[in-house]
Amino acid sequence: MRHIISLLLENESGALSRVAGLFSARGYNIESLTVAPTEDETLSRMTIVTSGSDDVIEQITKQLNKLVDVVKVVDLSEGEHIERELMLVKVRASGKDREEMKRMADIFRGRIIDVTDKSYTIELTGTGQKLDAFLDALEEGAVLEAVRTGASGIGRGDRILRV
Amino acid sequence: MELTGAEITVRCLADEGVEYLFGYPGGAVLHIYDELFKQDRVKHILVRHEQAAVHAADGYARACQKPGVVLVTSGPGATNAVTGIATAYMDSIPMVILTGQVPTHAIGQDAFQEVDSIGITRPCVKHNFLVKDVHDLAATIKKAFYIATTGRPGPVVVDIPKDITMARCEYVYPTSVSLRSYNPVVKGHSGQIRKALNLLLEAKRPMIYAGGGVVLGEAAAELTQLVRSLGFPCTNTLMGLGGFPASDPQYMGMLGMHGTYEANMAMQHCDVLLAVGARFDDRVIGNPKHFFQEDRRIIHIDVDPSSISKRVKVDVPIVGDVKDVLAEMSRQIAAGTQKPDAPALKSWWTQIELWRARDCLKYDRTSEIIKPQMVIEKLWEVTGGDAIVTSDVGQHQMWAAQFYRFDKPRRWLNSGGLGTMGVGLPYAMGALLAHPDTPVACVTGEASIQMCIQELSTCKQYRMPVKILNLNNRYMGMVRQWQEFFHGNRYAESYMDALPDFVKLAESYGHVGIRIEKPADIEPAIREAFARKNELVFMDFITDQTENVFPMVPGGKGLSEMILV
Repeated sequence: MRHIISLLLENESGALSRVAGLFSARGYNIESLTVAPTEDETLSRMTIVTSGSDDVIEQITKQLNKLVDVVKVVDLSEGEHIERELMLVKVRASGKDREEMKRMADIFRGRIIDVTDKSYTIELTGTGQKLDAFLDALEEGAVLEAVRTGASGIGRGDRILRV
Repeated sequence: MELTGAEITVRCLADEGVEYLFGYPGGAVLHIYDELFKQDRVKHILVRHEQAAVHAADGYARACQKPGVVLVTSGPGATNAVTGIATAYMDSIPMVILTGQVPTHAIGQDAFQEVDSIGITRPCVKHNFLVKDVHDLAATIKKAFYIATTGRPGPVVVDIPKDITMARCEYVYPTSVSLRSYNPVVKGHSGQIRKALNLLLEAKRPMIYAGGGVVLGEAAAELTQLVRSLGFPCTNTLMGLGGFPASDPQYMGMLGMHGTYEANMAMQHCDVLLAVGARFDDRVIGNPKHFFQEDRRIIHIDVDPSSISKRVKVDVPIVGDVKDVLAEMSRQIAAGTQKPDAPALKSWWTQIELWRARDCLKYDRTSEIIKPQMVIEKLWEVTGGDAIVTSDVGQHQMWAAQFYRFDKPRRWLNSGGLGTMGVGLPYAMGALLAHPDTPVACVTGEASIQMCIQELSTCKQYRMPVKILNLNNRYMGMVRQWQEFFHGNRYAESYMDALPDFVKLAESYGHVGIRIEKPADIEPAIREAFARKNELVFMDFITDQTENVFPMVPGGKGLSEMILV
């Protein structure tokens, strides 16, 4: 099953490689991993999307907790949560397709953030499924380039992850 | 007053109470060696290969509970240390390894003797640090000792660039450490302990399985008290030998791949299993699917939450210090009114005695060729069962574990997790430094001993009177045994050709060598060796080439599917 795990870790060089190394050394899946410093500059917040049986997920959270640089671990999938991913996608936009592409961006609430006479660059935010749906909705060959951040997640309501 | 990073490093070790530093000098650590030269609080032991420095410090830590401390240079110094670090990591041994590094401005430039020591060691350390500012040096070393010795222990590497050893700052050694991201649990959950006791007291066929955590956690006395008060059978893992006394009638022998018939059968057929500081590894329970064919409830005490339900799902997990949890269990049993189920226990012991009667460790005592098992039995007799025994890896290791009956913890030092050949001699060196008045025997084989044979020179320099028992069967015995059982007797590359004359080799290093070829000469040779109190004696026993270790649970098989003699 797919799980989304959030962690706070010391904002130190090497902390990221400890987490990434743990996943590769123990053969755990990583679907995506995002990390950036938080409002407290000594801490980084990481979101990992992974999949595995309940036993594997239990081991993943235990092993993450065991890393000395990891301050807190939460499996967001255990409760209500929100996840968002950002995609920048450069699409073909020339001739009769140009207007159609603008409409597609509007339908998915994307924003066109760069324009040339042949292309648009669209910024799109949402769940991974929404981004997938957008890409699927485009005609074949329309996508020139796409870059996705991977999911970031946060608990709903009063669920707060902080030190 | 401002000190240099090199002075600070040495002062930190002294203030931490480090007695011995095992190491080998080189370019990146020359300033630190210069400071070592100028003081006499920390004694440096010069090995002949960095791998042995780590093994010797590891052996010291295993023998006396204090952390083992190592100093090596950058590049090859660090990479040579890696096998030793991984060995300590797999067995949870507290160690601090200081590695030299090229100057900070040269890092990443492919400088001479540069290697990414932090990257290379990351998967085999509990934690590691690169010191980038001399102001962080003392606090980092303090953290390293704290992390290495608390919770589930393990090795910690501190990588110190050369310019940091020359930079200056005020020296203050912190008295305490607190890390927001690292708070090992000590006290077991009282509700879980009560649940565990209920299960144990209602058990019909109970079994207690104790691992290296009992030794590392200094919990042998608490375990022994609990086992005796319950009257249950108890087995020790390879790492746990001595955690429960082998001479106790409730002791079942070691379990696992080469465990006793009775221990493995009782593990398989018990209805309640108490696992203490053990991790259900593949050499212990064999095939987990087979293990689960029998219905049983499992209680697992361990200081490391990730050890629990890793290979085997447990019913009652107790995270905590084993010493603390076991003491609490005994206290609650004494305070309560419920006693173990005596009639059920009686019939369980009757069953166990039937398994014991199988006499699974029997061997041909009338043989005219030396049987390796007999050498270990004689070693046990001559030393009164009270020596520190180190071993390398292979058949000799298993025979030592089976036939030397350990009554005390920290008497048996071996590489259980990583299975590193070559540890035996350096472990013996570390053990002798930890306990100079205790006899130390290194049980080895002609293949393993050659992996760190250069340390005979270190033993000469520091007058370390190790007694080496080389079970010389002219084969990598365990490899040969697997080839005989599972590879159609094709002995691919397992014959040790062109062996040295070990007697002359020992003599060339200035030690005593004895060659023993007849069973009748075993005991006199061992007696003579231990009588030579101040000399290293290399006993080269020419043993039966075809002897195999029994019982054996073949890889992938279940615990009760043993090959018996």
